[in-house]
Parts: sequence; structure tokens; C-alpha cells
Amino acid sequence: MTITGNEIIHQYLRHNKKFPHVLCAGCGHGIVLGTLIRSVHQLGLPKDDVVIVAGIGCSGRLAVYVDFNTIHTTHGRALTFATGVKMANPKLKVICIMGDGDALSIGGNHMIHAARRNIGVTALVLNNNIYGMTGGQSSPATPMGSVSMTAPFGQLEKNFDTVALASGAGANYVARGTVFHVRKLEKLMVKAIERPGFNMLEIITPCHTQFGRKNKYKTPVDMYKWIKSNAVDIERFNEIDEGKRGEKFPIGTFVERDLSGLEERYYKLKAEMRKARGEK
Amino acid sequence: MPRRKKHKEIFAQGNEAVVEGALMAGCSFYGGYPITPSSEIMEIMANRLPLTEDGVFIQLEDEIASMGAVIGASLAGRKAMTATSGPGFSLKQENLGYACMAEAPLVLVNVMRGGPSTGLPTSPAQGDVQQARWGTHGDHPIIVLSASDVQECLEMSITAFNMAEKYRTPVILLIDEITAHTREKIKIPHPNEYEVVSRIVPSMPPEWYKPFEETVRGVAPMPPLGSGYRFHVTGLTHDVNGFPTSRPDEVVDLMERLHRKIDQFFYDIQLYEELQTDDAEVVVIAYGSVARSAEYAVLQAREAGVKAGLLKLKTLFPYPRRATEKILGQAGRLVVPEMNMGQMSREVKRVACGRASIRTINRIDGQIIAPSEILKVIMQG
Amino acid sequence: MAKNSKGQSKITVYPDWCKGCGVCVEFCPKKVLELDVHGKSSVVREDDCIHCGFCELHCPDFAIVVTDKKPGDSNNS
Repeated sequence: MTITGNEIIHQYLRHNKKFPHVLCAGCGHGIVLGTLIRSVHQLGLPKDDVVIVAGIGCSGRLAVYVDFNTIHTTHGRALTFATGVKMANPKLKVICIMGDGDALSIGGNHMIHAARRNIGVTALVLNNNIYGMTGGQSSPATPMGSVSMTAPFGQLEKNFDTVALASGAGANYVARGTVFHVRKLEKLMVKAIERPGFNMLEIITPCHTQFGRKNKYKTPVDMYKWIKSNAVDIERFNEIDEGKRGEKFPIGTFVERDLSGLEERYYKLKAEMRKARGEK
Repeated sequence: MPRRKKHKEIFAQGNEAVVEGALMAGCSFYGGYPITPSSEIMEIMANRLPLTEDGVFIQLEDEIASMGAVIGASLAGRKAMTATSGPGFSLKQENLGYACMAEAPLVLVNVMRGGPSTGLPTSPAQGDVQQARWGTHGDHPIIVLSASDVQECLEMSITAFNMAEKYRTPVILLIDEITAHTREKIKIPHPNEYEVVSRIVPSMPPEWYKPFEETVRGVAPMPPLGSGYRFHVTGLTHDVNGFPTSRPDEVVDLMERLHRKIDQFFYDIQLYEELQTDDAEVVVIAYGSVARSAEYAVLQAREAGVKAGLLKLKTLFPYPRRATEKILGQAGRLVVPEMNMGQMSREVKRVACGRASIRTINRIDGQIIAPSEILKVIMQG
Repeated sequence: MAKNSKGQSKITVYPDWCKGCGVCVEFCPKKVLELDVHGKSSVVREDDCIHCGFCELHCPDFAIVVTDKKPGDSNNS
């Protein structure tokens, strides 16, 4: 009998780790982890070949629960470790899990350069609009006007458009999904994992504890309802008049380029150079 | 008796010799960011590594990233290194601490220039000595080596990799701008003349492997990523499986083991050379390029009839206490010249505990300490 | 996970893993689940389940498993 759904996931979780995991009730990060496991399962990747490289923050805590090769790095630096792993052993599937503060603030420089050099790494940016683990301070993804611990009178700064940032920096594949639209997210994630080069998938995931409660979303369910009513497929989003978009945001695939990853280009050049010198 | 094959000799600068040594030790990954006066190491690596069998060279976006990439490569099974100077060394400190905690072997070369901040980018100094020991936050064990001439750059580069692999730890190789940029003739040792140590990989079924367990060798074996031993690596305080913990007993176990794995091998790690110390009444303790000036000064003092000696430190940390103790038994005076305001002399004073008179010679103007300056202090009696 | 007609699915909730966020309860199209007195998700109308998979996919704690009902399986509600 084939197994489905969460029974698959249970097979990939570390059996010697305590569950439930450390994240708050209703946190979307668990859904991302589940989707990641299903995507890897669907692609038929052996556990030994998958390397999860996570940053610091709530999203960084996901790595420890799953039975792959897992590295919980320093804040913002996940992509740098991942770059080293991928260049050292291109056979490995390297997947980075980062939060919005991780990937866009302290790790912003690494993000744009990983995209520019097109290193063969999948970057999952779990955007919950806030620094959750440290207690709800503003992140570069906190929307203007919303309240946080460090913007008690409202955020004055604009938030990053992660998709535009990664596209502009040259990522091979750029997409956005949400933890409410799980089946769509799974399709996007499978692509983000199997394609060569640098693939960035932003995932809108709710933080009720640190963001929602200060911003009129009383329960986790309220946050999921907000995502449900505001995430719109990119095709449909483009049809909406700019003035009428309000809080709506597009999800789907934004960029699909076909450039080979840095590690591919490096090892190809290396082979050519060595051949020219009569070495194997 | 077969005739010994003649050594290949090259005319090289210290930075070049570091690369030679690294490649001889099996270095197959370099991740770096340019900075004076260490850039030649990176440039030569960029030329050499792509032509070796499995060598990988990558230029990263900053010093932080290069340290991250080197740790990633180390976890993937490579002997990996990076090199930097001045401000770059400060930027590497965060991930250096990670490498200590995750027990990732790697070599970090710091070519010291004048500081603080941008300081004197093209001039020598030895101002990063205490930063090398204590630069990253938290109590951590670390090995810091130095080299005083170009030949030693090659040898200590090999030693740095060997110690990193043996003790699963980052090793810092401190050289100064003089040593890095001095060109002189060096001998390339034959392969049977130096030892190459590689990390031990697990030899048990994966289910029984504990990545952070204490063993008779001090450290657990370390498999490359993707070899079937799936485990968790984290900068958080962790248990023997690598899972985060804050249980006081497990925290103590980890912290004490991290220190013990270095402390119990002092005899192997603490390297130094002695010159005419047997009957010396005044001993100069020096390291780096200053040790060469000191050597000359000691020889001149001997010619003048003064019983002078030299203790040249090749390992700076853990500080070679025993070597210093031995000298303290006989020499009444110690002279510690260094190109900083007094960093290694703190260690000497700590060990001496007032048992000898200690004179320091400090230069911070980006100029070399000349033998005459050291000789003058030796002769002052 | 094709949709089934009613009465052909078995739902298992692991209360130890459930944190009671209520997402499954709120969005279940057939209102099969409810939070019990302990604040945990519990199956109250299993026969109405159409095996859409929403609860299973959206449980952040992997605490729900939906399978095809085999003859002899007890009714969870």
C-alpha cells in the first residue's frame, strides 16, 4: 500500500527528535517543512544527497527536525555555507532555509551575490514579515505602517520586494508561494529544487505570535484568512488595476532563466584546462 | 648509500610559500576576498587550484562569506582555507567561532598589517595576536601558529592543515607583512620529508555514529556530507548527536571537551625553537619576522661575550608555557620584542609571575624592529 | 489524494502533536473537525470527510493523517 500525506512526512522526520516541534501553534513554518519533504519525496532524491542549510531564527530551527544532512549556520550566512558545500561537492542537492531578516537584512549581500553568480542552490525565503524568535522586531519585510516592537508607532520604511530583488540580481528561477496555497507551493518548490542554478522561492508564512497580534490578526486563523484573500495568481494579479490592488500580492512563477550554475561552469572550465595540459 | 635527490629550490615570497605548503598538505578549496597584504595568496590559489585534480577556487562577496564557504567546504570533506588581513580578520571572527563550535577543520591565514581599523595597509605589524586568540566571542579553544621566514611559511602552512585535521579545529596562521612579502630562496621538501594528516572518517554503521562524541583521539571521526552519515551541525550548544541542548550537564560536557581536545595534546601542538638557551642569562622571546632580528641580535651579543639566547615561538596559542618555564629556571632577564603595544609579552608575564625581569620592545610605526634595537636592550644588563 | 465521496476516509489526529491552532477546524469544507475541551483538534463528523487533504497539508505539526477507510476500521467521531 502506498502511503500518502503526513505518513510520508513522518518517514522523513528524525525519530530521535522530540515532537511537536518548537514553533508556535499555527506557525506556517511547519507547513513549509512538510511541503519541502513532499517535494524531495516526489523528486525521489535520496536522503543522503540532500543538504539543508538553515540560517538563524525561527526558520533556522526547521533543519534539526528532518533526516537529511542538516547544517544550522550563523545568522544571514546560510547561503555562504551552501555555496561552499555546492562548490565542494556539486552532486549534493543544497537547499537553504532562511527567514526574511536572515535573507534580506543581515544576509542581503549574500542573497544578491548568490543570485548573481547563479550558484546551484535552492533558496527558500520564509517571509513572515517580522523577526519572530527575537521577539517581534521590524524586518526588511515588515510592511509600511504595521506595528512591531521596534516600530511601536508604525513602520516608516518600505519593505523589500523579495521577488524583484532576486530577479534583478539575476536568479535563474524566482517564484512566490504561500503556506495557504500548499499544492501550488509544492509545484513551485519542486521546480525550485530540481532546476539548475540559483532558484529563489519566497514563501509567505504567517507569524501570529509576533506580527499578527500587534496588527489586528487576533488568531492564527485570521492570518491564514488574510493570505487566502490577498494572494492572487500572477496572471490574475496583472489584470487588476494598480489602484485597486490594495494589500493583494501576486504568487506564482516570475522568472525562469536557463543559465547553468556556477559549479557546472567551474568544473567544465577545470576539465578543459586540465585536458589542454594533458591531465585527466 | 643512495645519493639524496637534490631539493627543488624556488625564489618566493612568504605568501607564495603559504600556498605551496597548503597544496602539499592537500588543500583543495580556497574561498577568499582580496585584501592587502594577503592578496597574493588568493591570486596564486586562483591560478593553481583549478589545475589540480579536485581543487576549487571561489572569490566571495566579502570576508564573512569566504569564511562561510570555507566551513561549508570543510563539512563537505575538503581541506579548506582562506587568507585575510586587518579588517578582514575582524569580519571572519563570527564564523570562526562557528567553526570552533562545529569542530570544522580549516586554516585561516592572517597577514598582519598595521591597525586598528584600516590602519597601515601596506606596513607590517603584529597587532592581531590577542585577537587571534580571543577574537570570536565566547570561551573557545583555538590554535594559533606563526612563521618567521619564507621557508617556515611553507612548513607552518602544512602544520596548520595537519593540526586542523587532527584536532577538528580551525587553525590560524599569523604572519606579518614582512614575512609575507620578503622574497628568498626556499627548498621544497620531498614528499617523504613531511607528514600529511587527514581527518579520520567514521568506520561504523551510520546509526552508531555520534558526530560530537569524545574518543581516545580527543575528537570524533568526521564524514564528508553525503556519505551516508546524516547528522546535524549547529552553532548552538549541542549534545553528542549535534542536537541543540541547554541542559547544564550537557553544556559542561561539550565545553570541557572542546578545550580538552586541545589541552591534552600540548606536547604536539606547542612548537618552538631554542637558540643558545642552555646557558643563557638573558633570553629573547620572539615570533614572526621579529624573531629574525632577535636571532641576529643574540648572535651579536654572544660575540660580545653576553650569554644571550632566543626562544622563537612557532605556536602562539595555546601559549608554550613549558618552554618558557624551562627558561625561567635559569635566565634572570627576558626580552620580548614585538610589533605591537605588548600583546605576547602579556602571556610571558603571566607565566613568569615575577620570576624574571621582563623588558618589552614595542614598535607600532609600521617599521621593522632592527637587530640593533634588541641588542641594545640585551646589553643593558 | 483524489477526492472521495463521503464516508470512505479515516482521519487520525495525534493529540500529543496538535497545538490547537485551529487551522484545520476553520478551513475544513465539511466541518469534520472541532477543537475539543483540551483545545486539541478532534474528529467529530468523519463520515462527512471527502478526503480533500486540506487538514493534512495545512497541519503545521504533522499531527493529522487521512487515509482511505478499510472495512473494519472504527469510526473516529
